[in-house]
Amino acid sequence: MTISLDLAYHAPASLDETLEILSEQAGRTVLLAGGTDVVPSLRDDLISPNRIVDLKRVEGLGDLAVIDGALHVGCLVTFSDLIGSPAVHARLPVLAEMAGMVASVGIRNRATLVGNICSAVPSCDAGPLLLALGARVHLVSREGVRTVDVDDWFEGPRRTAIRSGEVVTHVTIPLPASGHGAAYARLSRTRGEDLAQACVAVVLEPGDRPRIAFGAVAPTPVRARRIEALLHAQGLDAGAIDAAVGLVAEEVAPITDVRATRRYRLAMCEVMLRRAVTAAAGRAAGDGPVHGTPLM
Amino acid sequence: MGHAVALKVNGESWSLEVEPAELLLEVLRSRVGIKSPKPGCERGDCGSCTVLLDGRSVRSCLVLAVEVDGHELTTVEGLGIDGLTELQQRMVELSSFQCGYCAPGIVLTATELLAVNPRPERHEVQAAMSGNLCRCTGYAPIIDAVLTAAATAAATTAPEV
Ligand code: FES
Ligand code: FES
Repeated sequence: MTISLDLAYHAPASLDETLEILSEQAGRTVLLAGGTDVVPSLRDDLISPNRIVDLKRVEGLGDLAVIDGALHVGCLVTFSDLIGSPAVHARLPVLAEMAGMVASVGIRNRATLVGNICSAVPSCDAGPLLLALGARVHLVSREGVRTVDVDDWFEGPRRTAIRSGEVVTHVTIPLPASGHGAAYARLSRTRGEDLAQACVAVVLEPGDRPRIAFGAVAPTPVRARRIEALLHAQGLDAGAIDAAVGLVAEEVAPITDVRATRRYRLAMCEVMLRRAVTAAAGRAAGDGPVHGTPLM
Repeated sequence: MGHAVALKVNGESWSLEVEPAELLLEVLRSRVGIKSPKPGCERGDCGSCTVLLDGRSVRSCLVLAVEVDGHELTTVEGLGIDGLTELQQRMVELSSFQCGYCAPGIVLTATELLAVNPRPERHEVQAAMSGNLCRCTGYAPIIDAVLTAAATAAATTAPEV
């Protein structure tokens, strides 16, 4: 069980100190927040850094607050923090719905939302929902600050738009208008330990184009733009939803792996899309299933 | 390069020198002598290595020892200092475990659940325990013990009218 790596460990107390360390040498650095992905990756030799920069002592990175109509989620905010936040429950309950489906309590107490999109595995739970919510990723380096639309964030399995020397300080999630409805549906073999076999996030805002994204069925989380356009044009009646379900195979490209076959994933994406759109529309109308009710 | 780490384990202060790549699970077992956290999957899936870090359950196979500098850990050794807890007594009475390998992790996870949600519904207990695997019991006697402990605690603190 031992990790056999010669590692330097830094635990800076401020962002300035962090950026100073990152600029010192172009070493193979891994940034550490909750560690639930970093530690297994170290052990499995997926990464072989020569230094770890632990962000947990940096002041201000754990902020979770509504600022100017957007939810600010600092890079140290855990999934359990989201689940326990009254602001999240009041303004963006679908975020707590998603967080509650991630792994287990023991993982959620440690794993962070930002870490989830930084490790960027194709099955990451936060990815599709942040895409559907139109989130923005905020980075800082010695050169200054930079913002990336989450639409441009995921570049491949475990690859993102982050550059060497940068730290993701937080994401901002614009709060959907009141009267919106959203849903996150996730399929896995067992509760509590399995990665998603497929997942879908749906956000419906009154008068606006629906936003829909899938996870675990392509190299990165993906927006389903044809489905969005179709539902925008045709509305959300049964016929339109049937037509949207008919487009799923054009939007996603699942593979067969140990968790599911390609065919099963495709078929289940159709079921999940139907249920998630229906749940989100119901919530927008004020009578959908309570957030957290498993749709699968 | 070694790092000095000061932490509290079950109320006792420890100062250790650890390498950055050393896992908390290894350090607890081999250096602190706390053997209740068990290596199972060693990748965060099974929960047998669970410890409470500042009162919250975490998987010690996914935590580097160097990260817990200045923090407080509780394991079942610490829970039992003043005798078995209500929950542990119910687990003994209901024979919640067989081989017992999962027990420390399950006791701690259920202890955390009851601290944040003293009267959980059965489905809430199932959801909270779903990340702790037990290969022996089928879970029913574990979940029953958590619910019974919650009911007993509620009856003694606030008698029902
Ligand atoms: S040994 Fe840590 S979760 Fe299985
Ligand atoms: S009692 Fe044997 S693993 Fe749970």
